[in-house]
Amino acid sequence: MDLTILSAKGIIILAVFGITLLIAMYSTYAERKVAAFLQDRIGPNRAGPWGLLQPVADAGKMFFKEDFIPSQASKWLFILGPCLAILTALMSSAVIPFGDTIRFSWDSKNYEVAVQAIEINIGVLYIFGVVSLGVYGIMVGGWASNNKFSLLGAIRAASQNISYEIALGLSLIAILMMTGSLSLRAIIDEQASFFEWNVFTQPLGFIIFLTCAFAECNRTPFDLPECETELVGGYHTEYSSMKLGFYLFSEYINMFVSSAFISALYFGGFHYPFMDLVGGALENSLGAVAGHNVATLIGVVVFFAKIFFFIFFFMWVRWTLPRFRYDQLMNLGWKTFIPLSILNVVITGAGLLFNFKYSTWLIAIVMIVLAVMSSARAPKRTVVPQQTV
Amino acid sequence: MQLTNRSKQVSNKEMTLAEKMYLPAVIGGLAITIRHFFRKKPTIQYPEVKKYLGPIYRGHHVLKRDEQGRERCTACGLCAVACPAEAISMVAAERKKGEESLYREEKYAAVYEINMLRCIFCGLCEEACPKQAVYLRHDRMVPVFQERDEVIYGKDRLVEKMDDRYVRIASSEVQATPTEPSLTRAAT
Repeated sequence: MDLTILSAKGIIILAVFGITLLIAMYSTYAERKVAAFLQDRIGPNRAGPWGLLQPVADAGKMFFKEDFIPSQASKWLFILGPCLAILTALMSSAVIPFGDTIRFSWDSKNYEVAVQAIEINIGVLYIFGVVSLGVYGIMVGGWASNNKFSLLGAIRAASQNISYEIALGLSLIAILMMTGSLSLRAIIDEQASFFEWNVFTQPLGFIIFLTCAFAECNRTPFDLPECETELVGGYHTEYSSMKLGFYLFSEYINMFVSSAFISALYFGGFHYPFMDLVGGALENSLGAVAGHNVATLIGVVVFFAKIFFFIFFFMWVRWTLPRFRYDQLMNLGWKTFIPLSILNVVITGAGLLFNFKYSTWLIAIVMIVLAVMSSARAPKRTVVPQQTV
Repeated sequence: MQLTNRSKQVSNKEMTLAEKMYLPAVIGGLAITIRHFFRKKPTIQYPEVKKYLGPIYRGHHVLKRDEQGRERCTACGLCAVACPAEAISMVAAERKKGEESLYREEKYAAVYEINMLRCIFCGLCEEACPKQAVYLRHDRMVPVFQERDEVIYGKDRLVEKMDDRYVRIASSEVQATPTEPSLTRAAT
C-alpha cells in the first residue's frame, strides 16, 4: 500500500483508539452524573470544574490500590482474564466507519481516505467474532479466581452472552438481507435517506437488537454476571487495583462500541436528514476538497451525537429498570427473542420478494393489536378497600 | 396487622400480553426517570452553603454574661450533675472585693471546662442551669478538632465575648444563614 495512505490510516487508527479510551474514561464520569441526576442528586463535582477531573482521580486511585492475587487462584489465568476483556473490547472499534471520506493531496497526488480504521467487507462478522471472544475474559477471570461467587458470575455471563448472541445475530440477518453486504459502510450507505434508516424499516429488529446489546454488555437490567445483591461482585469479586479497572473499563468500551454499532446499523451512521443539500452547498462554497472534508466532519459529529445518545440511553435504562431474574432472562432470550427474530427474518424476506422494505411493521402492528385486545379482555383490577386500624 | 394505608395488594394473576412485552412499562419507567433528570436538585452544597438549622439547634456552648457584662455562672454544679456524658467540670471560687464588676454573685467558677469529645450536645446543662448562665448556641458549631489537647474547652473559649453577644432569636426573625457572623451581631 502507498506509504501516504498507510500513514493517514495510522493516524486514524490512533485517533480511533484514543477516542475510544477517552470516551470510555468519561463514560464513568457520565454514568455517575446521569445516575445522580436521575436520582435528584448532583453527582461528583469536587475534582475540577463540575467534577471533570473525576475520572483522572479514579484512575489514580485504581493504580495505587494493592494489586492482590488470591493464593489459591490460578495466577496466570487470573492475570489473563482482564487482559482478554480489555483487548477484545478495544479491538472491536476498528471496523466502525465514523465518517465518510477525507480528501487531501500529498506530493501532487490526490488521496481519498475513509474515516475508519480498517475497511473490510465483513465488518459485521468481525465485530461479532470479537464480541463473542469478549466473554472469555469474564469466563477465564471468574473461573481463575477460585471463588464460588466469581464462578457463578462467570457462568452466568457465559450462558447469557451465548443465549443473546443468537437473537442478536438473527435480528441482524434481516438487515443483511436488505443490504446484501456484511460491510458496515455498505449498510450505512444503504440508509442515505431518512426514511430508509433501518430503525424505520426494521422496528422489531431494532428493539430485539437493542435489548440483546444490553445483555451482551452485561448492563442493567441484564447485569446478572456482576449483580452485587446476589454475587458480591460477580466475576470480579476477587479483583482489585487496575485489573478491576480493566474489567470496568472494558464494560464501558463495550458500551461505546455497541452504541456505535447500533447507530451505524439502525440510525444511518453518519447520515442525517438533508445531508446531500448540506454537502452540495459546502462543496459549492468551499471547493470540492475543503467542502467535502467539512461535510465529512459534520457527519462525524452527527455520528458521535448518535453514539452519545445511546450511551446516555444505556445509563438511563440502567437507573430505571430493576434487574431481571435469571429464569426471566432465559425465557426472554430463548422463548421470545429467538422466535420473534426468526419471524422477523421470514417476514422481511417475504417483503423483499415484492420489493417492499417496511414489511416488518406487519409484525409490530399485529403485536400491538394483540396486546390491546388481551389487555381489554383481561379482568379489571379489583381494588380491595383497605380498612385502617 | 395493618399499620399504614399504603400497603399494596399483590396478586399472582396471569400477565396480559402487553405486560409480558414489558415495553409499555419500560417506557413508562423511562418517562418517570427522565422527569427526575430535569428536576431541580434539593442538594445543599454543604461547606459553601449552610442551611439555617432553627432557633433550637444545639451547637457551641456559651457562658453568658448579664447586661452589665458580669458572668452569670455561680459554679453551683447543677450542669455537671445533669450532664449525662460527664463532660463538664468546674472549680468554684469566692468573689473578692473589687471583683463585683466581673461576677454577678459572691461565688463564681474559677475554672469551667467542657470536654467536647464527651459532650453529646443534649442541652441538659442548659435546662439544669438556674442562673441562665450556660447556653448552647443555635448559630455556631464547635469547630472540627484534630488534636486531643484541643478538645477541652476552658473559660477562655466558653465565656461570651462582649463584642460577640449571643441572643437566641425566634425563627421568624432569621434572614441569613446563621454561620455568617453578621447575623449574631445584628440580633444583639
